[in-house]
Amino acid sequence: MNILSLFPAIPLLMMLGLWISRNIKQIHTVMVTGASALLALSIALVFMYLGMRADGQAAGMLLTDSIMWYSPLNIQYSVGVDGISVAMLLLSAIIVFTGTFASWKMKDGAKEFFMWFCLLSVGVFGFFISTDLFTMFMFYEVALIPMYLLIGVWGTGRKEYSAMKLTLMLMGGSALILIGILGIYFGSGATTMDITEIAAMDNIPLSMQRVWFPIVFIGFGVLGALFPFHTWSPDGHASAPTAVSMLHAGVLMKLGGYGCFRIAMYLLPDAAQELSWIFIILTAISVVYGAFSACVQTDLKYINAYSSVSHCGLVLFAILMMNTTATTGAVLQMLSHGLMTALFFALIGMIYGRTHTRDIRELSGLMRIMPFLSVCYVIAGLANLGLPGLSGFVAEMTIFNGAFMVHDTFHRVVTIIACTSIVITAVYILRLIGKILYGTCSNPEHLKLTDATWDERLAVVVLIAAIAGLGLAPMWMSDMISESVLPLISHILN
Amino acid sequence: MEYTILILLLPFLSFILLGLLGTRLKPSVAGAAGTIVTGAVAILCYWTAFSYFGAGRDASGVFPTLIPWNTVWLPFGGSLHIDLGILLDPISVMMLIVISTVSLMVHIYSFGYMKGERGFQRYYAFLSLFTMSMLGLVLATNIFQMYIFWELVGVSSYLLIGFYYTKKEAVAASKKAFIVTRFADLGFLIGILIYGFYTGTFSFTPDAPALGAAKALLPLALGLMFIGGAGKSAMFPLHIWLPDAMEGPTPVSALIHAATMVVAGVYLVARMFPLFIGYAPEVLHITAYVGAFTALYAAVVACVQSDIKRVLAFSTISQIGFMIVALGVCTSADPHEGGLGYMASMFHLFTHAMFKALLFLGAGCIIHAVHSNEMSAMGGLRKYMPVTHITFLVACLAIAGIWPLSGFFSKDEILAACFRFSPVMGGIMTFIAGLTAFYMFRLYYCIFWGNENKELHAEHRPHEAPYSMTIPLIFLAAVTLFAGWIPFGEFVSSNGQAYHIHIDWTVAGISLCVAAAGIALATWMYLREDRTVADGLAVRFSGLHKAAYHRFYIDEIYQFITHRIIFACISTPVAWFDRHVVDGFMNLLALVTNKVSWLIKGIQSGNVQRYSIWVLGGALGIAIVLLLI
Amino acid sequence: MVHMEYYLIVSTIMMFAGIYGFLTRRNLLAMLISVELILNSVDINFAVFNRFLFPGQLEGFFFSLFAIGVSAAETAVAIAIIINIYRNMKNIQVRNLDKMKW
Repeated sequence: MNILSLFPAIPLLMMLGLWISRNIKQIHTVMVTGASALLALSIALVFMYLGMRADGQAAGMLLTDSIMWYSPLNIQYSVGVDGISVAMLLLSAIIVFTGTFASWKMKDGAKEFFMWFCLLSVGVFGFFISTDLFTMFMFYEVALIPMYLLIGVWGTGRKEYSAMKLTLMLMGGSALILIGILGIYFGSGATTMDITEIAAMDNIPLSMQRVWFPIVFIGFGVLGALFPFHTWSPDGHASAPTAVSMLHAGVLMKLGGYGCFRIAMYLLPDAAQELSWIFIILTAISVVYGAFSACVQTDLKYINAYSSVSHCGLVLFAILMMNTTATTGAVLQMLSHGLMTALFFALIGMIYGRTHTRDIRELSGLMRIMPFLSVCYVIAGLANLGLPGLSGFVAEMTIFNGAFMVHDTFHRVVTIIACTSIVITAVYILRLIGKILYGTCSNPEHLKLTDATWDERLAVVVLIAAIAGLGLAPMWMSDMISESVLPLISHILN
Repeated sequence: MEYTILILLLPFLSFILLGLLGTRLKPSVAGAAGTIVTGAVAILCYWTAFSYFGAGRDASGVFPTLIPWNTVWLPFGGSLHIDLGILLDPISVMMLIVISTVSLMVHIYSFGYMKGERGFQRYYAFLSLFTMSMLGLVLATNIFQMYIFWELVGVSSYLLIGFYYTKKEAVAASKKAFIVTRFADLGFLIGILIYGFYTGTFSFTPDAPALGAAKALLPLALGLMFIGGAGKSAMFPLHIWLPDAMEGPTPVSALIHAATMVVAGVYLVARMFPLFIGYAPEVLHITAYVGAFTALYAAVVACVQSDIKRVLAFSTISQIGFMIVALGVCTSADPHEGGLGYMASMFHLFTHAMFKALLFLGAGCIIHAVHSNEMSAMGGLRKYMPVTHITFLVACLAIAGIWPLSGFFSKDEILAACFRFSPVMGGIMTFIAGLTAFYMFRLYYCIFWGNENKELHAEHRPHEAPYSMTIPLIFLAAVTLFAGWIPFGEFVSSNGQAYHIHIDWTVAGISLCVAAAGIALATWMYLREDRTVADGLAVRFSGLHKAAYHRFYIDEIYQFITHRIIFACISTPVAWFDRHVVDGFMNLLALVTNKVSWLIKGIQSGNVQRYSIWVLGGALGIAIVLLLI
Repeated sequence: MVHMEYYLIVSTIMMFAGIYGFLTRRNLLAMLISVELILNSVDINFAVFNRFLFPGQLEGFFFSLFAIGVSAAETAVAIAIIINIYRNMKNIQVRNLDKMKW
């Protein structure tokens, strides 16, 4: 069996294990074993991948495998990875691992919760390893559906409304994707669903590309929080339980960016070049708009959700620049944003679990009360506003440099507009830190709250280590990614 | 000279160690660890300077630029990549000495000043972080590395200003400092992007063909970079964060907001000087005007402030204005032709760092003694604090530019450079030098002479500071006394050739007279029991006085822009738009779907007769259609 | 000789009377009677068309006999349902029988 198939297989086994486990201890054992196995596997995969590249294996996709699944439509279960998907798999594994610890104290329906959580991971991992359009789409759907239950059942606040909104909007997006996939399949002569083969044939007529490109891009863009299809994100994130917010903002939103690049742009390159300007405008709006919106929010999760809109907008913005540097930056930004936002949601969950409020007007002076969490919050904030040495800086600088390499006035202007987001980000992050962490605590109830417990510390420390690791030594990651981005970009441009 | 990497690594390790261990360390251990590391760094820096300048000039008569260590940190594709490395040339080595000396003094001083404060360990961790970032900034081998450390010093400054994080003003000040400088950094970043794109490198010295290609856009790039420098160096109108930054602990103000970080902008311009002179002299002159205006503005405001740290802050802004002016008035790279200002600026940077750090540390001793920043709480302190008094006086004389203290020499060179540029500029700068003497001695008299605030002092008797605090004062005072005699031009000059400083006694005479006049005026107004003259002037020019006291309402303008325009006119409507228009549209879609389904579900009434009407009607309809076709 | 049209006029009147009754009557029994009217009008049509248009054949007559049989069975079933409805609801008014809704 191909090593890649282990990625969706392990969560499936975990579901089985959860199904037969009797008490919370067994559930925890299953989850920790499985999540650690995934993490170890993804790290091993990184080394394996780098080793294979070092051995001179130059194929676009490595570790490929393919089994015919439904021959009348040429649907195959085909897998393979390149630098981009390896990076994404690593990110997903880290977040599944930390998400497990972040929901350690889950009591009501822990078993079912973790089962759905595992199903979600099946979808996520499956999506990143697939190279077949339909299989990819199937895993995409597998990742979406559990979200409805996870938010609707274990969420907080207006959870039914949010769950419904999120699921319906994402379903709308996936309907577009399905149409687009069929369009691509039939447009390319209906002989294969394999992405690399379709790209190699490169025979979709321009008139069809013009139709399918916006459809597929918007379809994935909904998940990537493209303005104006982002409104599921604030409500959805605000209502979701901690681990789900982490996985959703950290990984699931990356499916959008990944799909936009891998399917919309890679398979429909001519239309992508022709129509990119529309989406560049939309993403530039996302970037600035999300940041401005975040400035006046009062709910911690809303702030972070809008900040995600801004940062994910930057991902889409960068891939539309269509050069290697910017796209490498986009992938780095996916990684970096995934880690940062997961850290944020984890911390918000921990603070909410103690104070039972997320309203920044009711929180103050937490630094004295829970120093560990607060310091981590500051670190997360600094990463978010692009402090050198943490991952955000690396990603943003790569994007801005890449975007600046496209030298016509239009691209220059939007790049500068997007650059202003770094100032606005500083405004809302510092406002937030100043309000909730600094100052003196005004609520006597909060004075007796305790600092993080070991499981929370573990989750947070792993994420911070990953953020700092990426920020301090970005070179190997950036090399691995840009090496894989290069052939894709040159395909798009030709 | 590979060991120079330790200059960066040691403070970094100390930051990590102190930061991770935190309160698990005893405060004194943490402080000692930080101080010992800084001491080691200082020794390394001195050794580096000694061996660098000791190695002598190369064949062309300049000190060679050494890059003992350089590595690619992040490639951007194409020829662009961010390197991290160490670059040694006269100005970076000079900065090494300044930073390590002041940092070491501040580390020692903080032992006494911060004693018993909560978060002592954190304080030392941040100091280490700052020291590392600042050293990295001056040692940068390329503009992007400089930007990286530029951001890091910004963050260390943010953290240290907000050290007393339970104090509302401190939090607001730290936020303001970070956001204002961040805003300026946006300009810096865009400047770097333009520079990098058109020259194809981030290096400070692109090769000639690349420069030729980038010629048209270099002035723009350099101008944008100067915006970044103006933000850090508190040039008008981006100066507003610096006075507020005084909310931080006083030693931090001495280190960051007087001696080192705020001169980063000056250093940046000096670093890019060959490009400025070669490709954008007009931009360089604009910086001179900005600097001169800032110097004048800050000096006027400093005359009426009542918080001693704010006076010092405005004086810092004004003195940085001097340095920028000195760079800006350069017209050629030859120190004998029109490049004197470069040397003068660096010289002033050096001497200013020492005496301004001394002033701040002295102010720290005073605040430590009387527990207030306000001048009204002081007066007559000379009896209680002799060491502070004498060292403070030395620093005041130096900043006023009195022979033979260090400030005289550097300021004299600046004025000479200005007069060479244009007599008007020279005249204005001389006038500002007089103002400087005036407000510094106003401060000096108000603190150490004049009426004692008896009731306050009865409650809490002022006392001389402990040795850990006075020793740095004495050391810095000694440096201030003798630094002027360093043949600075031998080490640093605009084209690297040795330049022998000779004092132009016409200029020096004028400036001495003006300084003396300023001191005399201050003596006449403030060295007396009643302050009738000063108060009378304040009443007569009450409008001006009030405006200057409120710093000409620049802060209020910013307040207006941020709160009224950005928050109220952009963010709130955007958020509203998002919730009600974008999201409203989505909800509307849901609502329409819902309503339509309510509407058409009436058809499914369950009434058999109604169904049969539909069936019949449908059958009839189809029949008619079929018949008609 | 009575022409075919006369028969057809009668059956048409019966047909539409039945439809009218089916649509307007509120009582299930009355509706059932209306359905019978419709069925019988169709039976008449079958017989008439067979007699006048295809005199040598018998399919029409057979079919109308068959329809009479079916309608008898159907009436039995319908009456049974109606009785059951009456037992459950104490009522055989159509407007009350909207359990099938939505």
